[in-house]
Amino acid sequence: MNWAIIFETKNLILFGNGIVTTLGLLFSSLAIGAVLALIFALLLTGPSALLRWIVGAYTYIIRGTPLLIQIYLIYYGLGQLEWIQARWDTVWPWTHFKEPFFCALLAFSLNTAGYTAEMLAGAIRETNPGEIEAAQAFGMNRTQIMLRIVLPSAMRRTLPAYSNEVVMMLQSTSLASAVPSMIDITAAAGRIYSDYYLPFEAYMAAAAIYLVATFCLIGVFRLLENHFLAYLAPRTH
Amino acid sequence: MNKLLLAVAVASMLAACGKKEEAVAPAAPAAPVASAPVAAPAELKVAIDPTYEPFTFKTGDGKPTGFDVDIASALCEQIKRKCVFVEQVWDSMIPGLMAKKYDAIISSMSITEERLAQIDFTDKYYNTPSRVVVKSTVKFDGPASIKGKKIGVLKASTQEKYALGELKTAGVTVVSYEAQDQVYLDIKAGRLDGTVADFVEVTGGFLSKPEGKDYQLVGPELYEPKYFGIGAGIGLRKGEDALKAELNGAIKAIRANGTYKTLNDKYFAKFNNLDVYGK
Amino acid sequence: MNDYYIAILQGAVLTVGVSLLALLVSIVLGLLGAGAKLSGHPTLVGLATAYTTVVRGIPDLVVMLLVFYGGTIGLNHLLEAMGSHATVDINPFLAGVLTIGFIYGAYMTETFRGAILAIPKGQMEAAWAFGMGRTQAFLRITAPQMVRYALPGFTNNWLVLIKATALVSLIGLKEMTYLAKQASAATRSPFAFFLFTAALFLVYTTVSLYALRKLNDRYSLGSKRVQL
Repeated sequence: MNWAIIFETKNLILFGNGIVTTLGLLFSSLAIGAVLALIFALLLTGPSALLRWIVGAYTYIIRGTPLLIQIYLIYYGLGQLEWIQARWDTVWPWTHFKEPFFCALLAFSLNTAGYTAEMLAGAIRETNPGEIEAAQAFGMNRTQIMLRIVLPSAMRRTLPAYSNEVVMMLQSTSLASAVPSMIDITAAAGRIYSDYYLPFEAYMAAAAIYLVATFCLIGVFRLLENHFLAYLAPRTH
Repeated sequence: MNKLLLAVAVASMLAACGKKEEAVAPAAPAAPVASAPVAAPAELKVAIDPTYEPFTFKTGDGKPTGFDVDIASALCEQIKRKCVFVEQVWDSMIPGLMAKKYDAIISSMSITEERLAQIDFTDKYYNTPSRVVVKSTVKFDGPASIKGKKIGVLKASTQEKYALGELKTAGVTVVSYEAQDQVYLDIKAGRLDGTVADFVEVTGGFLSKPEGKDYQLVGPELYEPKYFGIGAGIGLRKGEDALKAELNGAIKAIRANGTYKTLNDKYFAKFNNLDVYGK
Repeated sequence: MNDYYIAILQGAVLTVGVSLLALLVSIVLGLLGAGAKLSGHPTLVGLATAYTTVVRGIPDLVVMLLVFYGGTIGLNHLLEAMGSHATVDINPFLAGVLTIGFIYGAYMTETFRGAILAIPKGQMEAAWAFGMGRTQAFLRITAPQMVRYALPGFTNNWLVLIKATALVSLIGLKEMTYLAKQASAATRSPFAFFLFTAALFLVYTTVSLYALRKLNDRYSLGSKRVQL
């Protein structure tokens, strides 16, 4: 067991860069995914049956296929299309598809948006009908009801399930190593493994980093729950 | 309805188990060389990375084929063993050998100082140089002239070592891929500007295909032993001296009796009758 | 080209096999884990909690790589240390089944634990009043009701498990994702092959959802359903 190699400066820097890439990917995809999820959830619980069907099909496909295949489709699949190849040197939005980071980010964002949209839509549907009736009695229109009554409580109700989703997203970022030049924590461990032939040490180090990150995330979410779901806590006096 | 589903589930499990056993049975641990019974030839598990046309690749129906595969079969016939091919991703070739997943690596693995520290090699069975490949419109005269361009290489290969040692220091972006044919996929897609690869492999696997028509070999033939070693040999675990001696003898034998030339011409006659055994 | 598609279909059989066997392993581990957590023995509870926390805190891919690469070397070192010359080879199929079963055993532990806790306490008391032993009480009272409460969580875990089998391609098992990747690189047309594989996964998911819904209906017979 040769743990000293993990702690050499060169390898610590490799892991450090991996951690930066992983966390960057995680938070950016969560941010974009959250915005998309909000829009999708509103469409899922909205009045238009066509939009409900389209978004429903989207979440069904996202939740029914593995993230790995989604990543391959976006990175390799889209890169193969002549239409995109002709444009991605010059036309603005398509230039990003050349970069591996953007492709990974897109895949993760679409994935988390699909799952979170369903969670949020479920929470919106569970809103107490009495609250909505009261809001309508006050004369609020649909937008006002959504903004003032439904969304704040739906988002609070989604918090525990969302914390699960965030932790799962952290584990999923390890799949970024399937995209060629993305060096995240798992890819860094893989590099050390193939350079020094130390699979156990390299992957245990990666596992330890992920565990620490998971505990930090769970801790943050517990604080958030204590704040936002304070009304559910048992009375102390 | 439930009974039907249960039956389907059990049937597919058995089918998959059957497939697994089919895969495990031919790959049973090889009997020790000394006491091999004459009746059934003992097995030799050989690792290949079938993404390296024309040395090691798979046809559509999944059969491994190529120069390496044919040489391996010829050698096994010489030493009276049955070759069983095990597919392995390139960057875990050596760890897999050390973990005894297979007994030999016959997949265009170059003999280098670094690798000799971990494993043993037989004598070489071919030696071809590597070249840089970029688009025909790019004027190449040395690593510095492609500064800023993206070059793809195979992870854990001698070409990667060269690229990181010579090209990266000159300002070229080097991207490492798991398999050489994924490099070609990204070159075709336009994400890469070129690659550094074995010149026979890149000619047979890329330049001779429609997607390689705008690309060409540039620069000198790269032979430095520091990066590229002294040719491709068969990788063996340290201490397997009996097997090493057998395989060395077999290599000499097939060179002498014309089998080597036949296989060489089968794959490389179209390259101006190249003899890949090299210097 | 068609050969590649047929090869991917054959790989699909492997995928189904890995997922079903891994499901079995995870159910066994889940029942053991839930039992340990509910037993009240501090060591058992601690062990089970450590199991679920650690396993859910590490990515599936890292656990798989650890078991596949590290595990084989570790086992061989162990055998050498014991003086044996035998070699153990954990092939990708076994590594995949054991790893996925191990990981989802942790999720199943939580699901089964929640389900057992949801059964009203009075039922167990009634069972004891009737003089039933622990095994009898478990088989006749707890297990059937646990199935009903556990089904939503079980369905979720199963759907995630199916998708986790795609990861086994990264340790070299020739299941459909691996074959699709090889085919796409060799023929330089990734879109077609990956779409095909995605469609196969969707079919698998849809069939599973249908089967589990039928199971849910069977086990919910007799329970009141509120009409919203």
